[in-house]
Amino acid sequence: MERGMRKSGKKRGGSRGLWFLAPSLLGVGYLVLFPTGDVLRRSFVTALSGQWVGFANYRSVLTNEAFRLAAGNTLRFLALCLPLLLTGSLLLALLICRVPRLERFKALYLLPMAVPAATVVLVWRLFFSRQGFLNVWLGTYVDFMGERTALFILVGSYVWKNLGYTMVLWLAGLKAIPAEYTEAARVDGAGRIRCFFRIILPNLKGSAYTITVLSMLNAFKSFREAYLVSGAYPQRDIYLLQHLFQNWYTRLDMDKLAAGAILMALALGALSLLLQRLWDRTGE
Amino acid sequence: MRKDIPRWLAGGFFIVLGAGICLPVLMLVSGSLADGLEWRQRTVCYLRDTQEYMVWRWIPDYPTLEHYKRLLFFSPAFFKLFWNSVGMTAGILAGQLVVAVPAAWAFAVYRFRGRNVLFSLYVILMLLPFQVTMLSKYLVLQDAGLMDTRWAVVLPAIFSTFPVFLIYRSFAAVPVELLEAARVDGAGELQSFVRVGLPVAQGGVLAAMILSFLESWNMMEEPLTFLQDKSLWPLSLYLPEIAMDQAGYACAASVLTLTVSLFVFAIFHDALEQGIITSGLKI
Repeated sequence: MERGMRKSGKKRGGSRGLWFLAPSLLGVGYLVLFPTGDVLRRSFVTALSGQWVGFANYRSVLTNEAFRLAAGNTLRFLALCLPLLLTGSLLLALLICRVPRLERFKALYLLPMAVPAATVVLVWRLFFSRQGFLNVWLGTYVDFMGERTALFILVGSYVWKNLGYTMVLWLAGLKAIPAEYTEAARVDGAGRIRCFFRIILPNLKGSAYTITVLSMLNAFKSFREAYLVSGAYPQRDIYLLQHLFQNWYTRLDMDKLAAGAILMALALGALSLLLQRLWDRTGE
Repeated sequence: MRKDIPRWLAGGFFIVLGAGICLPVLMLVSGSLADGLEWRQRTVCYLRDTQEYMVWRWIPDYPTLEHYKRLLFFSPAFFKLFWNSVGMTAGILAGQLVVAVPAAWAFAVYRFRGRNVLFSLYVILMLLPFQVTMLSKYLVLQDAGLMDTRWAVVLPAIFSTFPVFLIYRSFAAVPVELLEAARVDGAGELQSFVRVGLPVAQGGVLAAMILSFLESWNMMEEPLTFLQDKSLWPLSLYLPEIAMDQAGYACAASVLTLTVSLFVFAIFHDALEQGIITSGLKI
């Protein structure tokens, strides 16, 4: 951000801009920031009597078996689906760059964005239940959504849903790289692979930040499918932090929910700042 | 130099994979045309739990529009929820236009005190899953007496920071010279925004609105948490309520829900792509 500002020199009179921001800021403040103060307070008191208990809620969350399971699962899910989506969509984008006539088939990949979660789940049932197609093809009789394969189904449906969107994002980044760069390298005798790692990849770092942030945001939306397919207590491997929070909410465990929300907000905040820092330093 | 993969192979792969990605949608369409009896025969194995498999036919034995007829003419609930969805989505989009577009302009063009901190905060808020801010929102909505009203869903969505982030990118692409020129011509702050900013960022705003539309049309957690009264629910919550023994009906409901998105998608598909492109560019 800093760098962008300096480059374009947009230094218009500071505080007047606040008028444009005011409606949004007031709403965000009222709906999220201000009550988060209350949530912070609640994370230090008991849910029923409102007695001050210090960090006891945080301790009980962090030592909670379900929390550890859910946090581990969420991390594993992100660690599996993000690299898979980011590389898969980048490869497809490179493919389009090579065969530009494929541009008009991009819509095929964007279609899943419009499919509601409940519909996705219906299709899952047709494919992965005991009686479903996958079992027909494999000749087995397994409930894939109730086994450890559930995680991979979730990862797969995330990639399916977001492949097109991410591909278009990469494509934008690729098109912004001046053709002279790669041509010069080719003239110097660099092969395709070398060209990719030396020229294209470094030039994509800027777009990579946005794409990673958006992909992560979409990863959290996979909870819908997991929740719809097997409710509040799904197969162990896809019990995500969101399931846990939802369950705390329905059981009115407000003290745990408050502490958990603060912890997760801090973790995601740190992660997002880290990404931003990386981007600022390398986004040449 | 290494021999490259031939173009036709690469192209073929791309198209085949794309078709595969669309397959589930085609299955829904085909499934929605099979009559209830056929579906019962297909899915009876789900009840018996003996080692039998589902039978799938791409072309139903007796194609019928019975499910669509039932949905459109004999299911008042479907209609009610459909219009709920339309109302809520329209409210959210209108609100976002009024709130998020100027906010994005402020971040892109002005350099006020605390700008960077606020922008980082917006990005973090955007990243937080619903469940993290659920308690905060619940407390406010409860306090304001808005629980179990449409506002409980619409209001938080209007102030989502996601469209701000998306539109910000398009505004950041406005050339400084253009703004300078406008100022020299005596344009005020508001005029620069309307005359210079909006025309340049048009595509980005439209794309953000399409994404917001898809988001609101398919929203699930928010209404499920904040709306107890089922008559207020959006259409996206009608689908999960249909049991598996009504698979044909569920397919038809899915197709109808999807159709609205597809229309929007078909009309604005180029704009969406252009918009994604501007939002993906680094600045």
